[in-house]
Amino acid sequence: MKFKSLLVGLGLVAGISIAQAEEPFKVGFVYVGPIGDHGWSYEHNRGREELQSFFGDKIETTFVENVPEGADAQRVITQLAKAGNDLIFTTSFGFMNPTLKVSKRFKKTTFEHATGYKRSKNMGTYTLRTYEGRYVSGVAAGMLTKTNTIGYIASFPIPEVFRDINAVYMGAKTVNPDIDIKIVWVNTWYDPGKETDAANALIDQGVDIMLQHTDSPAPLIAAQKRGIKGIGQASDMSHFAPDAHIFSIRDNWFPYYLKTTQAVMDGTYKPQDFWGGFKDDMLNVSSINTNLPIEVRAKIDETYNAIRSGELKPFTGPIKDNSGKLVIEANHTLTDKELSQVNWYIEGIKAKMPN
Amino acid sequence: MIQVTARIEPSKLMTFASPLLAIFLTLIFGSILFSLLDKDPLQAMHLLLIAPLSDAYNFSEMLVKMGPLLLCAVGLSLCYRANLWNIGAEGQLLIGALGGSAMALQFVDSEAWFALPLTLIAGILSGMLWAAIPTFLKLKFNSNLILTTIMFNYIALYLLLWGVHGPLRDPDGFGFPESAIFSDATILPLLNEDGRAHIGIIFAILLAIFAAFVLAKSHLGFQIKVFGADEPAARYAGFNQTKLTWAVMLFAGALAGLAGVSEVAGPIGQLVPGISPGYGYSAIIVAYLGRLHPLGALLSATFMAVLYMGGDLAQIEMGIPIAVVGMFQGVLLFFLLACDFFIHYRLTFPSNSQYQN
Repeated sequence: MKFKSLLVGLGLVAGISIAQAEEPFKVGFVYVGPIGDHGWSYEHNRGREELQSFFGDKIETTFVENVPEGADAQRVITQLAKAGNDLIFTTSFGFMNPTLKVSKRFKKTTFEHATGYKRSKNMGTYTLRTYEGRYVSGVAAGMLTKTNTIGYIASFPIPEVFRDINAVYMGAKTVNPDIDIKIVWVNTWYDPGKETDAANALIDQGVDIMLQHTDSPAPLIAAQKRGIKGIGQASDMSHFAPDAHIFSIRDNWFPYYLKTTQAVMDGTYKPQDFWGGFKDDMLNVSSINTNLPIEVRAKIDETYNAIRSGELKPFTGPIKDNSGKLVIEANHTLTDKELSQVNWYIEGIKAKMPN
Repeated sequence: MIQVTARIEPSKLMTFASPLLAIFLTLIFGSILFSLLDKDPLQAMHLLLIAPLSDAYNFSEMLVKMGPLLLCAVGLSLCYRANLWNIGAEGQLLIGALGGSAMALQFVDSEAWFALPLTLIAGILSGMLWAAIPTFLKLKFNSNLILTTIMFNYIALYLLLWGVHGPLRDPDGFGFPESAIFSDATILPLLNEDGRAHIGIIFAILLAIFAAFVLAKSHLGFQIKVFGADEPAARYAGFNQTKLTWAVMLFAGALAGLAGVSEVAGPIGQLVPGISPGYGYSAIIVAYLGRLHPLGALLSATFMAVLYMGGDLAQIEMGIPIAVVGMFQGVLLFFLLACDFFIHYRLTFPSNSQYQN
């Protein structure tokens, strides 16, 4: 009897395991930083978590954090491909060439690289329209500043950062014709010490609104301490600076991760260069501070909605650079490709281009 | 009452037993750590310590990781043996990569056979130059080598960033901070088709053997050891400290420079801002783990490379967070260094009566 029930039991177990044998779709993620509790890699991981809970046991997600952008990246991406991942997201610019190399070796795997410009038959790229958030930031900063001076902590001299500095200035100019922007280059994406020094230097020069293109909450914390205001980057940073915090521009990668995973599962995937912004819910204006004047909050909402609906397109000509050269023709809106090549400061910015 | 007593002579037994004891203690600690996290300790330790050597691809990747660590550590071992506290391998590596890249980028559209040798020589000379400045400052002005070499690491990093954001930036790269992809003529030949292990790793191993030979058999090696053991005695013997300092520092700079240029002309294939995840600093640990012996460095560089790779595999296969991996690696290094204590010291348990007059 016992033997028989054992057999039945075994049969059941075998039956169940056959039922479950359908392999889950595997998605891998490569992060440049540790996940931590805010910032760039944290937001990518939040996207991964939402993806996992959306699909449940139909997919299996894996991530590798803190991957250096040197020789190690290619190994980690290869190992993820070897481990049977069907779709791999590499989430930092420095992973572009390693991802491309691995994509040529693993032709059945799909690769998606964030913020780059190289694509192949099985590798697409995606990025955020961060300039939309910057434009709204500029509008808020232009209304709130008393010294008419915005500070910008810039990370690296690349098109994304130039684009965003220009967007801030454009936004601010629409509400404050006397606006000035001071820029400090820190050559890092994350270094609380340097960011604090940069913030204090800017405040000493009369800046009273702090914007940052870096990942740590240090500039906001400095703003809170010195009694000025600032805007959070990538994650909701309101809790770091309850009074100083105007709002945070928050990254939200889930809609793209969902769309892409579904497409690869359905076999409808095609590599492309995807730009996600307000319209796609991939950027949010989050935790607008209740201590702001009502007209400022209304203007933030209005600007957000105008960009979201497509009624307001920030990079529309005629626009001159700060040497007086016409860089965008009248009535022309920069295409995504042109946006990815911005390497000028808009007319009115007094700073000189680095290099 | 436990008492620590210095041994009269270093214990031969403990010299060999200490690493084994350390590994044993780490395995116990690891089992507890991974069990507490509900991860299978056996699988975790297999991934961390054995899987990186388990197939041809992983082995070749282990060599890629080991190469720069070994080159830097061999140079540092000789420096430390001679009481020259060179912390500058990182900077010398970065400048080696920068100098090598500046040369390699002259050959982007070329297939000249001499492109690769010139690239390597440019890298080596750049590393030597970067080691020469602090050496000169030390010999001429008696400046502190630890401080100057650390400062030169920062200067090197900024020079590298300047190069990659400025003159060496890819003109067709949309302003992103990377150089053009190097031509195949300036890429180190691969050892096997499947992996990325390249001929530079053979150079590294040969150089380690060469350094071991110099240290053991040559007059120069003898001078290094005497200077390290007893500086006044070395001077009394008439050894030329200036010459020795130059020789050792330039050799270390050359090796670190070669490590740097081998990264850009090897697995990376272009100049990028993130050449080194801190190889020059990790090499200090590698040098000490290898007991400041070039062949010891060969073992310890392999060991550290395995640990780094295992960390990635443990994340991919078991979802073990990087912080836990880091803890495990840190504890292993701690035990390794802590057990070395018993080479020079021993515990005694004297009875109280000894202290009574």
